[in-house]
Amino acid sequence: MLLIGSLEKLGQYAMLMRKVLTRPQKWRIFLQQLSKEISKLGVDSISIVIIISFFIGAVIVIQIALNINNPLLPRYTVGYTSREIILLEFSSSIMCLILAGKVGSNISSEIGTMRVTEQIDALEIMGVNSANYLILPKVVGLMTFVPVLVILSMFFGIVGGFGVCYFTNAVPVADFEFGLQSFFKTYYIWYAIVKTIFFAFLISSIAAYYGYFAKGGSLDVGKASTNAVVVSSILILISDLLITDLMMG
Amino acid sequence: MIEVKDLVKSFEGREVLKGISMIFEEGKTNLIIGRSGSGKTVLLKNLIGLMRPTKGSILYDNRDLTKLSSYQMKALRQEMGMIFQGSALFDAMTVFENVYFPLDMFSSLSKSEKIKRATSCLDRVNLSDAGHLYPSEISGGMMKRAAIARAISLNPKYLFCDEPNSGLDPQTSLVIDELISDITKEYKITTIINTHDMNSVMNIGDKIFFIQEGNLEWEGTNKQILTTKNEALNDFVFASDLFKKVKAIEMDEINNK
Repeated sequence: MLLIGSLEKLGQYAMLMRKVLTRPQKWRIFLQQLSKEISKLGVDSISIVIIISFFIGAVIVIQIALNINNPLLPRYTVGYTSREIILLEFSSSIMCLILAGKVGSNISSEIGTMRVTEQIDALEIMGVNSANYLILPKVVGLMTFVPVLVILSMFFGIVGGFGVCYFTNAVPVADFEFGLQSFFKTYYIWYAIVKTIFFAFLISSIAAYYGYFAKGGSLDVGKASTNAVVVSSILILISDLLITDLMMG
Repeated sequence: MIEVKDLVKSFEGREVLKGISMIFEEGKTNLIIGRSGSGKTVLLKNLIGLMRPTKGSILYDNRDLTKLSSYQMKALRQEMGMIFQGSALFDAMTVFENVYFPLDMFSSLSKSEKIKRATSCLDRVNLSDAGHLYPSEISGGMMKRAAIARAISLNPKYLFCDEPNSGLDPQTSLVIDELISDITKEYKITTIINTHDMNSVMNIGDKIFFIQEGNLEWEGTNKQILTTKNEALNDFVFASDLFKKVKAIEMDEINNK
């Protein structure tokens, strides 16, 4: 039963995406919507991304400095390890899990509310492809802006770590800096960006799917929103594993 | 004109509409009445293409809705206007933007002409001062009027209203009824209203269709409703004492004449 239910949902999701991923009815209106969505989903997430990245970056450095306290390991290992954690996993995967909560619930509840208040029906009656009009700008908007958020997260994560070194001397600043610059591969940045663009598609499309097919009233919209966050988080984790194996393995 | 022929709609083997046939005439206010669960909303959703009939046909001036391609369907939809029970105004847009939206999406008019048209639609429903407000900032009656303005912005040939008076006080209901009736006659629209409101039936019902358990039980004018012998219709329309008294007075008048 669970398998059949999941397959049904997968089919419904594929059919929805077929409606979403078509040419917009009017490019001018699409671009207006796109700029609104970039502002709402992306720009409005900058502050939370900066705050979380700064503090987690700082904590990562403290933890590593405390746990890699071995005279056989050079002190710059702390800077090197922190950079790798921030670049490879924290700023891409963990940040996207956080965005799945913030942005995913926003998308799902907005579209769900439009569904239960018949606003989507109103669009359909007018002859508007409601899925394309409502969902495509969100998907494209988030996929476009997520790399900016990832870069900001990387930068502020490292700034947070640097701040810890500077103020607490957990690791001498010079060693930390040396570690940050050691064995650096630009490919890791591209890997993180490619990964997050894929995650952005998952977050926005899954949240939109749950909102679009919401039924009932406000309680059901809340339920759809929760389901959207749970499912997209699980799929982010699974696809993180697959993408990492594909790109790094 | 919209012609419905032998319309059947089933859900998991259960027939909700059992072969309904009816004709909605142009320039007239056609009312669909019936108890809750009688199939009115399902009928309306089939008429506007939000549901696909199980059997039968729906002819919009000889174009069968059930056989249209998606391109033809899109073209037909632009000839339709719809007023939803809860108004269904777009929350994120102002009242003016709500009315402007269909024009912006489908009309080939210039920007200034579109603005002029949206403004005239708002004027028509006496909402010219509320254009800058959001749906959450206006009353239920104003929301209904804004929905009417949006529905007529593209000069529809067919207007559908799902319980346009629900949640409104009697006075505002009267205003909305008269507005819909006037617009129907003014623009020669085929208007179909799904309602429970007996005041609407008596005031603006040019043609009334009574649906009972998925069948068309009775059809006629609002004058004929007073003299009907149909028991189910009498039970439904004259359920309240007030309407029973109204009927008695009207019947007396008819008999005296």
